[in-house]
Amino acid sequence: MTTIVAYAAPTRWWHSRAVHRFLRHHLALAGIAMISLLVLACIVGPYALPYDMLYIDLRARFASPLSGHHYLGTDPLGRDLAARLLMAGRVSLLVGFSAMLLSTLIGTLVGVTAGYRGGWVGAALMRTVDGFLSYPSIFLVLALAATLRPSPAMITVIIAVTSWMETARIVEAEVRSLREREFVQAARMVGLSRSHIMFREVLPNAIGPIIVAASLAVARAILLEAYISFLGYGIQPPLPSWGNMLNGAQQYLASAPWLAIVPGAAITIAVTSFNFIGDGLRDALDVRDDHT
Amino acid sequence: MSGFLLSRLSQSIVLLVIVSIIGFTVLNLMPGGPLAQFGLDPGMTQKDVERLAAQLGLNRPLWIQYLDWAWRLLQGDWGHSFRDGSAVLTVIGRHLSATLLLMGTSTALAIAAGTWIGIRGATHRYSLFDYCATVGAMVALSVPTFWFGLVGIYIFTLKLGWVPAGNMYTIGDGSVLDYLHHLILPSLVLSLVHVAIWSRYMRTATLDALSQDFVKTARAKGVSERRILLKHVVGNALLPMITLAGMQLPSILTGALVTETVFTWPGMGRLFLDSLGYSDYPVVMGLLIFSAVLVVLGNLIADIVIAIVDPRIRLA
Repeated sequence: MTTIVAYAAPTRWWHSRAVHRFLRHHLALAGIAMISLLVLACIVGPYALPYDMLYIDLRARFASPLSGHHYLGTDPLGRDLAARLLMAGRVSLLVGFSAMLLSTLIGTLVGVTAGYRGGWVGAALMRTVDGFLSYPSIFLVLALAATLRPSPAMITVIIAVTSWMETARIVEAEVRSLREREFVQAARMVGLSRSHIMFREVLPNAIGPIIVAASLAVARAILLEAYISFLGYGIQPPLPSWGNMLNGAQQYLASAPWLAIVPGAAITIAVTSFNFIGDGLRDALDVRDDHT
Repeated sequence: MSGFLLSRLSQSIVLLVIVSIIGFTVLNLMPGGPLAQFGLDPGMTQKDVERLAAQLGLNRPLWIQYLDWAWRLLQGDWGHSFRDGSAVLTVIGRHLSATLLLMGTSTALAIAAGTWIGIRGATHRYSLFDYCATVGAMVALSVPTFWFGLVGIYIFTLKLGWVPAGNMYTIGDGSVLDYLHHLILPSLVLSLVHVAIWSRYMRTATLDALSQDFVKTARAKGVSERRILLKHVVGNALLPMITLAGMQLPSILTGALVTETVFTWPGMGRLFLDSLGYSDYPVVMGLLIFSAVLVVLGNLIADIVIAIVDPRIRLA
């Protein structure tokens, strides 16, 4: 007599091994907590604070933190630092997220195409990746930001077009190893179209490394935006970003050190959190670790 | 060996061609092209700009312009600075040594500290030290270099008064000691990220080497752990680090640009920003290409060195 083993329908996603492993990763959980708090503060904060981020008050210039209702002090124009910090957080986090989405999209498209097509198409695409990687990212980003009009959307695009290469490399390697597997050959024999196989059959199996790369890409995008805005070529005032709040803070370092310390701490917390999350995802999704 | 050298060399040449195409594309992305800044000059009419464009050959097909531009790059004609008319390569040469001094010192610091942390983390795996090093490295990778520099200046210059806040030397002094004094803080700041990266890789490489058969053999022979570590493990673990040093060049250059800005260090990074500010287009383009060429050459040299040190690579 044959017994029919009835496999339970796949359990709900939050019962999966990956989620369990992720939940045991303390740093990743800390990262999620910090990012959630930061995002929440940036969304709600500007409404809750008593000052507008653009309200200039020359009588209240250089107020030190915790003086009166200026919880983080004021800047050289007497604008409330806390209000500016949270508003800047919206800009910086949004640019970071959007740049990550765009660069992951570009990197995945290039990686899947190069990995699946192989041949001269693959070679040409991957040599282009090498070419882009030969440029120190900030030189390329600054040269582009200085010549194109630096609106937040343009900054996002510039960061994305200069940081999709890592994802492309990871995806290409993954897809190249998946290409000869039985399920892909089966799909080919059934006569599915090339784009269907590339994006519906192969790509879902390469999703783990893409997610890990994406979480680290947010961290990098936030850092890159901070660098160029600090140097004056990123987000332009009066719109604040964490980077451009630090632009000019150096000259007040002796008299008003909080102007430099506070936004930098925000950047560090945000970037550290995304790096922690990326590390946890790498462990949880069991992505082979080539880089660290 | 010569076969390896030849194939590696041809790869680098192909890469340089691609790099130059990317650079040329950036050059032509600028609205108005290389003459854009003159479009705003009240002393110039649209007619003048068109005449200049024809004079400089900017009305030719793009691929001919590219070939012409690349050919002149090869001959060492990188154009002339808009600011003072001197040749771009001369301008870059004037700032190169300051950047190399800063990069060299901080890389040496990063290698020394990172190697030690990595080996100790591997031999004392899952200890408190290892845990702190792991978390510390992740935080270090997240700190913006310029912010670390500002905090460093605040603490060590403004509060403690130990080191100067910037510049490469005191005017009128310029002794070796004076240079070193100015070098301490920027090189420490620049090395932070690379200590983190280096120690992570070194830990993995040491763990790798520790699990090899020759270590078991040495242990079986009764060789002391210390001797095993120094004679058998460290050497093997350091090999892949040569490649890593080459791969890290772009990020070191990025860090150097930011560090030079914070510490008013007269290197290539500062030159790049100053030139951007002046719309000194030939110098910006020159530095862009120069930095990429430096990276390609750095990787080539790293590959050649590792092939000399490690015969397995050549044969593979």
